[in-house]
Amino acid sequence: MSELRSKVINLYKHLIYLGREYPGLNGPEKFRKQIREAFVKNKDESDPKRIMALVAQGRYLAKEVEALYSLKKYRSMKQRYE
Amino acid sequence: MARVLVGVKRVIDYAVKVRVKPDKKGVVTQGVKHSMNPFDEIAVEEAVKLKEKKLASEIIAVSVGPAQSQEVIRTALAMGADRGVHVEVSGDEYELLQPVHVSKILAKLALDEKADLVILGKQAIDDDANQTAQMTAAVLDWPQGTFCNKVEKTDAGLTISREIDGGLETIKTKIPAVLSADLRLNTPRYATLPNIMKAKKKPLKKVTAKDLGVDTTPRIEIISVEDPPVRQAGALVADVDALVAKLKEGGHI
Repeated sequence: MSELRSKVINLYKHLIYLGREYPGLNGPEKFRKQIREAFVKNKDESDPKRIMALVAQGRYLAKEVEALYSLKKYRSMKQRYE
Repeated sequence: MARVLVGVKRVIDYAVKVRVKPDKKGVVTQGVKHSMNPFDEIAVEEAVKLKEKKLASEIIAVSVGPAQSQEVIRTALAMGADRGVHVEVSGDEYELLQPVHVSKILAKLALDEKADLVILGKQAIDDDANQTAQMTAAVLDWPQGTFCNKVEKTDAGLTISREIDGGLETIKTKIPAVLSADLRLNTPRYATLPNIMKAKKKPLKKVTAKDLGVDTTPRIEIISVEDPPVRQAGALVADVDALVAKLKEGGHI
């Protein structure tokens, strides 16, 4: 159980860290809020399988956000220098 | 197995709207978000990729600048560099620091650290000089592969595909060499929080330009820094005749 718990906490930390650069007006705040709500909504989940599925979903989201950042950076560099 | 030296510069973040200081002697840097120059991120990523392919043995990240430059060295270490060298130059000297100084510092470090490959970003997004890699190659008298699009190891040297106007050029160089990374060389990885924490334990050496025997006294003076001209408002014309008349008036046809 504690192993799962640390996985969830690490995912939460990672997502909150990622959110600090989220684009848009109040982007970081909004992102943070949404992440928090999503975690709070599932706080009573006790089925390990279900928790793992949720963690996988969260990791997928983190990957998508990273891809979004790198694409945004790539596009603005391309626009500026080509 | 090669030892790779990568240069990283701390610049104003690409997403920040840059403002000119009221005295027109520079841009506002205080309280503005800074990060690693995007092209340097690509250079670091390429070095890390070489290491993952076992073509590089050690990656040394170098930054020339004030104390805060250590932040970008940490980011480079979090991305996979092994150790950092911070060359401290601060105050007025940093503001007037030119690629010629940086290239001499990098060349000296490349020799001191016995590097076989120097990888730099093609240009920094703050001064847009696009000179450091070329000058470093000149100071060292090493071959240069600028605007790299693809780097491959072949026999004793490297095969490099370069981005040139309207296409790609493939060249072969020997090692040691100086490379500069263009935009499409790779996609830099994201420095995750645990990796940044781990990076704090990696060694970071601090030296001054004087220790390296490089004179960094300013060679230029900034006269004035101006905002780019604001785009003029457009006007609607009623019909083609009016448009032609307007264009004639403006001397365009």
